[in-house]
Amino acid sequence: MMAFWQGILGIAWTPVWALVKIIAIIAPLMIGVAYLTYAERKVIGYMQVRIGPNRVGFKGLLQPIADGLKLLMKEIVVPSGASKGLFVVAPMLMIAPALAAWAVVPFSPRMVLANIDAGLLYILAMTSMGVYGVIIAGWASNSKYAFLGAMRSAAQIVSYEIAMGFALVGVLMAAHSLNLIDIVQAQRGGVFHWYWLPLAPLFVVYFISGVAETNRAPFDVAEGESEIVAGFHVEYSGMAFAVFFLAEYANMILVAMLASLLFLGGWEPLFPVAPFTWIPGFLWLLGKVAFMLLLFLWARATFPRYRYDQIMRLGWKVFIPVTLVWIVAVGLVLQTPYRYLVH
Amino acid sequence: MDFETFVFYSFGAILVASGLRVVTARNPVHAALALVLAFFTAAGLWILLEAEFLAITLVLVYVGAVMVLFLFVVMMLDLNLTKLREGFWSYLPVAVTVAALMGFEMTTVLYGRSFGSQGATEPAGYSNTKALGSLLYTQYLYPFEVAAVILLVAIVAAIALTMRHRKDTKYQNPAAQVSVKRQDRVRMVKMKATPRAETLESQE
Repeated sequence: MMAFWQGILGIAWTPVWALVKIIAIIAPLMIGVAYLTYAERKVIGYMQVRIGPNRVGFKGLLQPIADGLKLLMKEIVVPSGASKGLFVVAPMLMIAPALAAWAVVPFSPRMVLANIDAGLLYILAMTSMGVYGVIIAGWASNSKYAFLGAMRSAAQIVSYEIAMGFALVGVLMAAHSLNLIDIVQAQRGGVFHWYWLPLAPLFVVYFISGVAETNRAPFDVAEGESEIVAGFHVEYSGMAFAVFFLAEYANMILVAMLASLLFLGGWEPLFPVAPFTWIPGFLWLLGKVAFMLLLFLWARATFPRYRYDQIMRLGWKVFIPVTLVWIVAVGLVLQTPYRYLVH
Repeated sequence: MDFETFVFYSFGAILVASGLRVVTARNPVHAALALVLAFFTAAGLWILLEAEFLAITLVLVYVGAVMVLFLFVVMMLDLNLTKLREGFWSYLPVAVTVAALMGFEMTTVLYGRSFGSQGATEPAGYSNTKALGSLLYTQYLYPFEVAAVILLVAIVAAIALTMRHRKDTKYQNPAAQVSVKRQDRVRMVKMKATPRAETLESQE
């Protein structure tokens, strides 16, 4: 089958095959984003003793599609005095890095779009680009609320990126590699060999920083409704507004995916014995990602919003020292005969 | 022209164009964004040179952190453009001298062959990151450490120079807020049960 197409397409085969693989990643991701919004409304609904969306389709299953159609139909209003070009570019700048990061994410030991050596660095670089969408959206809207939201959000993202980067440094020290497949394979051997145990503080810091980086509750001061209406995307409507949300949810799934790959053993089964190894690795990965996403929703339903100075304090004065101490500790342990504890 | 040359020239064209935008853009925010594009394209060129570690670090450090802070400052300042342009003619001689010097230096580098780096391409399994790391921590350990210490001193100095305490500002003490206990905020008062039901009704 593959040889047949290769024969027909000739030199165009490589880009076409790459495109097919990209679609095979993006399409399920977009469906995942749509149903994550549904899951969020349902889960939070049940947590607050409500039912959640249940009108469109069976048990409300068509709700995300109805929402998408509604947003598609709406007009995109460009405010007067806005910087038009940048106003339109901002949502694209937000979603492009969120999708580009998926290029190096492996789904099984063989299923990956680009198996590059510096995969972890690449992901860090791509996620650090996401902040431009926020800043440019806030500035180009020519609105005080949007600008304030953008400033808050940008400061928050830049601060938590440092803690996040340090948490990842611990992982690459333990795995001796920046390649994501190598990192997962270094955790082989069941739940007690996964990095959540030896690198527990880094795992916690990574996940909370991930919540803060994606501007999710309880760190959603960038769109704090009670103070600055909706933050950086207050002037956006229709599909431009929807693209911001696509990017936010794609980023959530990315953080959950990375947490599962780096700290929860990726596609490795819970225990490497018979009943657990029957389940294919991809389902294990999917299950772990779903669990991490549930934590996102759970946190949103549970915690009140942090005050802005508390967010900054947590990032700079708690997380960065914790990660620094743990990196030194991991480095020291790696020099002793007890290095099997972290490796 | 093979694909690689095509990519090189298109990236080169974007780089030069965005570089020109940095100095010609009227709006400082647009100029800063053009600089971001220039950095990103330069990273693309480095990837073409198989220097993927440097390229990703360029994106991570300059695009992801330095330029964000740049944009921050440029957006917050209420820049008066006409005032900025006032001194144009008086600064021109100095600017021309600096530009000429830079042009001269770049031509010597490009044509002098002193930086001739026609290195052979590395084999497939070669890890740029690992090679750079082992070189930095063995051969160049002391220069590396000295550079790190200088940077640390610079950070401390920058904070020490800019940090001012105003006496009259009011601020919160988050440490005290976090360590607050239930007993500090809630006082339990023992009271008798409410009076009889009829009296409550009569009050209504």
